[in-house]
Amino acid sequence: MTATLWSSTTWFSTPWFSTMWSSTTWSSTLWWAGAAVGLALLSALLSLFTAWKPRLLRSVVMPVFALAGLAALIAGLLALITGSVATAELPLGLPWLPWRVRLDALAGFFFCVIGVVSFAVGLYAPGYVRGFEHARDPLPALGGFTGLFLTGMLLVVLADDAFLFMVAWELMSLSSYFLVVFHHDQAANRRAAFLYLLMAHIAGLAILLAFGVMASFGGDFGFDAMRGAELSFAWASAAFVLAFFGFGTKAGLVPVHAWLPEAHPVAPSHISALMSGVMLKVAVYGFIRVVFDLIGEFHWQWGVIVLAIGSVSALLGVLYALMQHDLKRLLAYSSVENIGIIFIGLGLALLFLANGRVIIGTVAFVAALYHTINHALFKGLLFMGAGAILHTANEHDLDKMGGLLRRMPWTGSFFLIGCLSISALPPFNGFVSEWFTFQAALQAWQLESGVLRSIVPIAAAVLALTGALAAACFVRVYGVAFLGQARSRPVRRAGAVPLSMRVGQGVLALLCLLLGVLPTTFIDLFNVVPQQVLGHGLAHATSQGWLWLTPVSPKTASYGAPLAALALFAVIGLGWWLLERGKRRSRRCDAWDCGFAPPTMAMQYTATAFAQPIRRVFGLLFHIDEAVEPQQDGRLRHRLQITDRLWGLLYLPVARAVEKAARRVVRLQSGNVRVYLGWTLATLLGLLWIMA
Amino acid sequence: MNLEHLSLLQQLMIVLAAVVLFTSFVLLEQARLVAAIHVFAWQGVLVSLVTAIVAASGGLLHLFFSAALTFGLKALLIPWMLHRLVRRLQLDRHREPLPRPALVVMAALALVIFSYWLVLPIVQEELIFTRNIVAVSLAVVLIGLLMMVIRTQAVAQVLGFMSMENGLFLAAVSATGGMPLVVELGVAFDVLVAMVLFGVFFFQIRESIDSLDVDRMNRLTERADDQ
Amino acid sequence: MNASSWVLLPIQALLYIALAPLLAGWVRKIKARLQNRRGAPIWQPYRDIYKLFTKETRIAHTASPLFGIAPYVVFSATLLAVTAVPLLSIASPASAIADVIVIAGLLALARFFLSLAGMDVGTAFGGMGASREMFVSALAEPAMLMAVFTLAMTAHSTNLASVVDYQLHNGEILRPSYMFALAGLVLVAIAETGRIPVDNPATHLELTMIHEAMILEYSGRHLAMMDWAAQLKLLLYGVLLANVFFPWGIAQEMSAAALSVAFAVIVLKLALLGVLLAVSETVLAKMRVFRVTAFLNLALLFALLGLLSHVILEVGA
Repeated sequence: MTATLWSSTTWFSTPWFSTMWSSTTWSSTLWWAGAAVGLALLSALLSLFTAWKPRLLRSVVMPVFALAGLAALIAGLLALITGSVATAELPLGLPWLPWRVRLDALAGFFFCVIGVVSFAVGLYAPGYVRGFEHARDPLPALGGFTGLFLTGMLLVVLADDAFLFMVAWELMSLSSYFLVVFHHDQAANRRAAFLYLLMAHIAGLAILLAFGVMASFGGDFGFDAMRGAELSFAWASAAFVLAFFGFGTKAGLVPVHAWLPEAHPVAPSHISALMSGVMLKVAVYGFIRVVFDLIGEFHWQWGVIVLAIGSVSALLGVLYALMQHDLKRLLAYSSVENIGIIFIGLGLALLFLANGRVIIGTVAFVAALYHTINHALFKGLLFMGAGAILHTANEHDLDKMGGLLRRMPWTGSFFLIGCLSISALPPFNGFVSEWFTFQAALQAWQLESGVLRSIVPIAAAVLALTGALAAACFVRVYGVAFLGQARSRPVRRAGAVPLSMRVGQGVLALLCLLLGVLPTTFIDLFNVVPQQVLGHGLAHATSQGWLWLTPVSPKTASYGAPLAALALFAVIGLGWWLLERGKRRSRRCDAWDCGFAPPTMAMQYTATAFAQPIRRVFGLLFHIDEAVEPQQDGRLRHRLQITDRLWGLLYLPVARAVEKAARRVVRLQSGNVRVYLGWTLATLLGLLWIMA
Repeated sequence: MNLEHLSLLQQLMIVLAAVVLFTSFVLLEQARLVAAIHVFAWQGVLVSLVTAIVAASGGLLHLFFSAALTFGLKALLIPWMLHRLVRRLQLDRHREPLPRPALVVMAALALVIFSYWLVLPIVQEELIFTRNIVAVSLAVVLIGLLMMVIRTQAVAQVLGFMSMENGLFLAAVSATGGMPLVVELGVAFDVLVAMVLFGVFFFQIRESIDSLDVDRMNRLTERADDQ
Repeated sequence: MNASSWVLLPIQALLYIALAPLLAGWVRKIKARLQNRRGAPIWQPYRDIYKLFTKETRIAHTASPLFGIAPYVVFSATLLAVTAVPLLSIASPASAIADVIVIAGLLALARFFLSLAGMDVGTAFGGMGASREMFVSALAEPAMLMAVFTLAMTAHSTNLASVVDYQLHNGEILRPSYMFALAGLVLVAIAETGRIPVDNPATHLELTMIHEAMILEYSGRHLAMMDWAAQLKLLLYGVLLANVFFPWGIAQEMSAAALSVAFAVIVLKLALLGVLLAVSETVLAKMRVFRVTAFLNLALLFALLGLLSHVILEVGA
C-alpha cells in the first residue's frame, strides 16, 4: 500500500501551516498514517522469510516494525500539532460501503500512544527475539502476527465507519490471540489464550450491537451519520451500556478482567508490552470515540457507572497485583488498576459534562488522556524489564529473584524509573495524571446534586488508596527483584542484556521523565483533542507559561513541575557533592543486622512475606488458602494460594451454565451427515422466512 | 447555604450534629460493652445539648425541659441502668469485635449518603439550615438499625435501639423545634419502660439459653428441639 | 508573588533544616521530664548529627548503589515537601510550585526510597521494616489526602498558602469538617512520623520497630541524612497542623516586623505541639502492628466524615 492510494482531503486549522506545508505530501498526516500501516504490513510480510533465515527477524522485520511505529508517531504528532482533520475513502470494502478513514486529533493522540510504544518495542525486540532463534518456535508466526497486530490497532484508530472498525478490531484480537498462544506447548497457555479469544469475541459482539443501535438511528454505518443521529435517552443508554461492556471487557475492567492476567503474561514479553501498553489503550480509544464523540451527549448516570466501575477496578487491580509473585502476572493486574484510573477520569468527565461544568469535565478528560499515554509508557517499560529478566535469568517468579540491580544496572535503573512512574511519584509522569484527576475530583463542590458531591470525593479517596497501594506494590517488586541478594542460581548468574533491549527501555524511561517534568508542554499539545471532541479546550491549564500547570485557575491549584524537578535534582546533587566527593569514601563491611550472623539469601523478606500485612487487612477480597503442613520428612511447608474471588462468584457459574448448554447441543451431533444437512436446511428455511 | 451567614449558635448546632454522627460510628465499632455504654451516654449528652441550643436560639421554654429530660434519661439514667445490668450479668469484660470493621464502616458511610439523598428533596425555605441536620439524624437512625442487625450481643442491640431513638429525637428537635411536651414525655416514658423490660428479658434469655448471643436464639425454634 | 517572597524561599528552607532537630530534641526533653528523668539537652540532636557526619560510613557488601543514593533522595524530597508548607509568610512561591498533593507525592517519594533502602542489603529486619512502612502508609496516605481535601474543598484551592489565607479570613466559623480533618490529620501525623502508638522512635527493640528497622544498616553521614529527614518530616506535620488549622500570627505582608512576629508565634505553636506530643507519647503504649489498622481506619473515618460533613452540612444548598 503506497501513498498514491490515498486520496486525501486535508485541511489545516492554522493558515500559515497550510500555506507552508500543504503543497508537500509528506506533511500530510494521512500519508504518514498510511506509511505506518504499510510498514506494519510489510514487516508482517517480511517475516515469512524468517522460516528460512531466522536472523531476518531481528535484523529486518523488527527494525521495519520500529519504523512503522515511528511513522505512526509522526502522523499522530502532526495531527495534534496542526489540529487537522484528514479524511479519505479507500477503494476497499463493500461496493456500497467503502472503507473510510479519518485522522483527527483523538485518533492522532492514540496514534502517538501506539507509535511510541511500538517504536520502543521495535528497538527492544531484536535483542529479545534472539532467544527464540535457536528454539523450535515458529518465527514467521511471531513476526507476522506482530505486524498484523500493529496494523489492526492502527486501523481501529483510523476507521471512520463501523465496518472497517470491526474488521480492524477483529484483526487486532485474532492476531494477538496467536501471539498469546505462541508458547503453545504448555496447556495453561492454550487455556489462557482460549479464554482471551472468548472474552474478545463477547466484547466484539457487544461493540457490534452498540454500533447497530447507533447505525439504526443514523441510517448509515459511517461515523458521521452516527454523530448526527438523535438518540432517545433509553437508546443512547443502551448503546452506552453495550459499548461500555464491550470496550470495558477488552480494556480489562473489573469484573470482566479475568482474561487479562491470564493472557498478557504468557505472550512473549515484547508482545505483553504491546498488549498491556497499547491494545488496552485501543479499547479506551473505542470507548472515548463511541461515548464522547459518536453518542456525544452525557448523562450523569453514565458518569456514576463509569466512576464506580473504574474505582473498583483500580482498587481490586492493585490489591490483586500485590498478591502476585509472578512478575508478568503482577504487571498485568496492575494494568487493570491503571485502566481503572483512566476510567475514573472518564467517569468524572462524564459527570461534570452532564452537569454542564465544561471546564472541569475537560480537566478530567485530559487527565484520563494523560494517564492513557503514561500507562502506555511505563507499562511498556516494565514489561520490557520483566522480559529482560526473563531473557537473562529465565525467571519470572519474584520469590526467586534478588540483587538484579548490581547484575544488570541499566535495566535496573530503567525499571526503577518505571516503578517510580507507576507509583505516581513526582517528578515522573504517573504523578501528573493522578494530580490532574485529583484536581478534577476536588471541584466536586460545583456539582448541583448533593449525592454526587459526596460520591466524587469518595472516588478520590479510592484513588488515593490505590496510589498508596501501588507504591507498596512496586516497592515490593523492585525491592525483591532488584535489591537484596539473589534467591536462585540462574538469577545469580544473570548478566546485562543486549544493547537493543537497553535502548528500547531507555527511550520509554526518558519519556516517562519528560512527561513528568514538562507536563504543561504536553498538555498544550493534547489540548486539541478535547477541543475537537468536546468542543472546549483547557483555556487556563497552560496559560501561565510552560513552567506552571494550572488546570482550573492559578488560584485553585498550580504545579510547577519543572521547578520542582529542578529543585529536587539540585538538592540531591548538592548533598551528594557536599558529602560524597573527594576522599570521603565509605568502607565496605558485613551487614550489621543487629549483630546476628551475616544474613543469607534465605533470611530475606520474600514478595509473599512483604505483602502479608496487606493480605491480612484486605483478606476479605481474596480467596486465600493458606496452611502450614508438615511434610513426610518432618519439614514444614507453607502453602499459600490466592485466587480472585470473582472467579468463583462470576465465572464458574457462567462456565458451568455454558457447559450444561453445550452438553445439550452435543445431542445434535449424531455423526450422521444427513442429519446435519437437515439442520442446515431447517436453518436456511427459517432465515428465508424471517427475511421474507 | 453558607456557614458564614449562620449565627454562632447555629454553627455550634451543626458541629454538635456532626459529632453525634461520629458517636454513632464509634458506637457501631466499639467492641467493649462498657465503653459502648459510655459512648451512648455521650451521645445523649450531645443530643440534649443540641436541644438546649435550639431552645436558647428559639426561646422555646418547653425545649429546655426536654433537654433536661433527655440529659437525665439518656445521659444518666439509662446508661447507669445498662451499666448495672452489664455488671450483674458479668459482661463488663465482654469483648465482641466486629468481624469486618472496615466493611461495616463503609456500609454506614453509604447509609449517610443515602439518608442525605432521601432528605434532599425537602425544599422548604425555613428548613434550609436544619434540613442537613435532619439528614444527619436520619443517618443516626439508620446506623442504629444497622448496629442492631450486625451485633449479636443483646445488650449491644439495645444500645443500637436507643441510639435510633436518639436520632429520631434529634430529627424532631432540629426539624420542627421539638414535639409537643406530652408526646415527648410519652416517648421518654416508653423508652424507660422498654429499658426495664429489656433488663428483665436479658435475665430470661440468659436463663434459657445461657448466653446473650441472639444468634443462639435459633435454638428456641421447635425444629431445634426435635433434634 | 514578588521578588522578596522568592528571596524568602531559601531562607525558609534553611530555617526548616535548622529547626528540625530542635523540635525533636524538645519533644525528647519534655518526654524525659514527664518520666522524671532529666533527659539530654534539647540540642542533643544537633550533636548527634554532627557526630554522625564525622564518623566513618560503612556500607554492607551486599548493598547496591541505590543504598548510597537513597539518603540524599529521602532528605531532598522531604526538604522540598516541607518547604512548600508556609512557615512564616503566606506569600510563598513554593506553595504554588508544589500544592498539597505534590507534598504528599514528595513524601511518598521519600518513603519509596526509604523502603527500598531498607530492602537493599537483604536482611530480614530491613524487609520487615519496609513491608510494615508501606503497609502503614498505604492506609495513612488516603486518610491524609482526604483530610487535606476537606480543607482544599472548603478553600477552593489545593495551594496550601491559599488554604491558610482562607482560614485566616474565615477562621472564626465553627466547621465540623475542620474538626474531623484535624483529628484525622493528627492521627496520620502520628503514624507517618513513626511516633507512639504506631512506632517507637526511641527503640531498637526488634519486633516493635518500623522506621528504625529500615535504617538499621545505615551509619555515618548516611544515617545522619536519614535521621535529619525524619526530623524534617516531624516538623512538616507540626507546621502543617499549626499553620493550617491555627494560622493566626503568620505574616501577611513582607515586613521584617511581621516576619519576626510570625517566627516567634510559630516557635510557640510548635513548642506547644511538642508538649502535646510528648504527653500523648507518655500516656499511650505502643500498639501491636495489626492494631495499627484500627488506628488508621479511625483516621480514615475521621477524614471521610470530614469530607461528608463538609458536603452535607456545610455546602448543601
